[in-house]
Amino acid sequence: MTEEATPKEKKQKKGRVRMPEQEPKVRAHNFIEVPTGYTPEMAKEEASRCLQCKNPGCVDGCPVGVDIPGFIKFILESDFTQSIRHIWKQNSLPAVCGRVCPQESQCEGKCILAKKGEPVAIGNLERFAADWERVNGTGALPPTAKATGKRVAVVGAGPAGLTVAGDLIQKGHDVSVFEAFHKPGGVLLYGIPEFRLPKEIVAQEVNFLERLGVKVECNAVVGRTVSLDELFEEGYQAIFLGLGAGLPKFMNIPGENLVGILSANEYLTRANLMKAYLFPKVDTPIPRGKDVVVLGGGNVAMDSARTALRLGADRVRLVYRRSRDEMPARAAEAHHAEEEGIEFYLLTNPTRYIGNEKGRLTGMECIKMELGEPDASGRRRPVPVKGSEFELPCDLCIVAVGTGANPLLTSSTPDLKINKWGYIEADPTSGKTLKKGVWAGGDIVTGSATVILAMGAGRNAANSIHDYLVRGW
Amino acid sequence: MFKIVKREEMSQGTVVLNEIEAPLIAKKAKPGQFVILKANENGERIPLTMAYTDAKKGIIAVIYQVVGKSTALFKTLKVGEGYQDAIGPLGKATHIEKLGKVVCVGGGTGVAVLHPITRGMKEAGNHVTAIIGARTKDLLILEDFMRAASNELHVCTDDGSYGRHGFVTHALKDILDKEKIDLVVAIGPVPMMKFVSKLTKEYSVPTMVSLNPIMVDGTGMCGGCRVSVGGKTQFACVDGPEFDGHKVDFDELMLRLQAYCEDEKACHNEFCMMEETWHK
Repeated sequence: MTEEATPKEKKQKKGRVRMPEQEPKVRAHNFIEVPTGYTPEMAKEEASRCLQCKNPGCVDGCPVGVDIPGFIKFILESDFTQSIRHIWKQNSLPAVCGRVCPQESQCEGKCILAKKGEPVAIGNLERFAADWERVNGTGALPPTAKATGKRVAVVGAGPAGLTVAGDLIQKGHDVSVFEAFHKPGGVLLYGIPEFRLPKEIVAQEVNFLERLGVKVECNAVVGRTVSLDELFEEGYQAIFLGLGAGLPKFMNIPGENLVGILSANEYLTRANLMKAYLFPKVDTPIPRGKDVVVLGGGNVAMDSARTALRLGADRVRLVYRRSRDEMPARAAEAHHAEEEGIEFYLLTNPTRYIGNEKGRLTGMECIKMELGEPDASGRRRPVPVKGSEFELPCDLCIVAVGTGANPLLTSSTPDLKINKWGYIEADPTSGKTLKKGVWAGGDIVTGSATVILAMGAGRNAANSIHDYLVRGW
Repeated sequence: MFKIVKREEMSQGTVVLNEIEAPLIAKKAKPGQFVILKANENGERIPLTMAYTDAKKGIIAVIYQVVGKSTALFKTLKVGEGYQDAIGPLGKATHIEKLGKVVCVGGGTGVAVLHPITRGMKEAGNHVTAIIGARTKDLLILEDFMRAASNELHVCTDDGSYGRHGFVTHALKDILDKEKIDLVVAIGPVPMMKFVSKLTKEYSVPTMVSLNPIMVDGTGMCGGCRVSVGGKTQFACVDGPEFDGHKVDFDELMLRLQAYCEDEKACHNEFCMMEETWHK
């Protein structure tokens, strides 16, 4: 996020309060979080910029409808406890959202101040309120409704599932979350690096839900360890599927199985979930490339590139087939990556990998691209420039070109309808699937998107599940 | 915690059997499927194909060879102690049906994985010939189990210290020369599976192998376990672990298994040194 106002804007209005960050040269060699957080004074100063609009655009821009002016007002009044309680009404993972939401295209994008200058730093303020509560809070829990005796199973402890769990436990239902990995958090844990979202925060958010009464069962691969029908037999009345889009896509070009080519899923899971950056203090190794190429232009590509740098790479290049404007990464991530020295090779696409006799990656051949006519996504389609092939030497390549639907559960649950890409068909407003008593939301319905959209889907499904438990399907 | 209820050392202590309490996994597990075990907080996720399970007692059994830091750490776990995490059953179960004559070939700890498949094939009404091999007599495992699970058992040792002198492929060739075989199942070190598959291809006998590449999650998420089968990339964890041996690119698999060789060595050596210090 470029938070420094240009001189011209400074004259007109008070610029937003910049959140202090670790210096790029320092942070490129550690896994500590990059922005260090507001002090109460900074938060209050930034809160004072909010105009408290009567019809706030920011709230419309928020997929879960947080009352943004409301919580900002409490910060201004130094009532940080009320501020976080106010956020919790709509959002059970504020410390996460304050850090990873694409605010520029959501709440902050709709802020009235954005029209003539810089929007209120809503994400920073949300983060502040959540962090303040974590460090200084009383630990008092929000009120929950009387127990209904209804049991809900949530499959997947990622952003969608945790939102459903948080909402339904507060409505008095008995909620169990089943997670395939050995720790809860989903993409927040295995995908997003420590320097962007400290794992302690994810653990804290899960702990908050557990204190509310949510039961979390790890190592439970639903579809393998237990089936959906067995969950119903065990007495669960409703099931929410927040499986995520966990199937890594590869380029399908020659040489892709050489040693030294990893999916971003594997690379980041090793680094984040397994904490392989501490190897050999922990037992899971991770390849430490000296000359690293990352394929892709999204947040996952940025995370992979910045992780490679922190693992000691001399040079990290990001190869993306479209131009900077089409990059799907959050602005702050691309900016942070560039500041740290990641080189962007735009309008470039790999055509094949090159390896040595030991089957290890030594480089790749790329081709230059140019933008042609717009494609189905509305973005201009990149087309190869004939004869522009060139070689990039590298000893590690991370493939971050997207993910698809993991068929593990859907293939073992034939009455769950899926579309041609393998995603679960669910009603867009309620999350209801075609199997009675089963809801789905997040990436397993929409394909890979953002944390907050998954949470929004979780929120809608939770409301629908509550209706069902009270009134019927 | 997933408690170890029985522990045995075999092959001069280089191979260890653990029976582990994991009732949910035991209830579902079928021959050919695997589990992922993780010893403690900082542990690595290690995939191991189950040797046998007992749904009534709620136990699963794994037999592993001590090859690196993680398996060396597993070896230190005593009865009453256990694994922090056990995930499964993962992978596709072996397709067991009555085909006629089946030969099951096992090498090293692959014999442990082969055992439930051998038994399943015999129970399905096949005539099952088993061939098991090891470098030397003391490294041989599960001979009695394999004898009971099959109609006839051949034992080979590379050094001739027990059974037939030679590789399992020699014993297999004799059988293939003698009679028509409907299926060969080969599980063991990659070179063994490679040469068995090469041999059976000459005789056009369908051959199934079980692969154990490097993986992290075991649920199709990381793609670390990708193998080339018939020119197509497959994920061993969800598309396998069993594949058509005539189509697997074993050379690529061998190279991929070496990916962390240097790291493994360093980590293992450090662990062994620490172990020695503790014992002193």
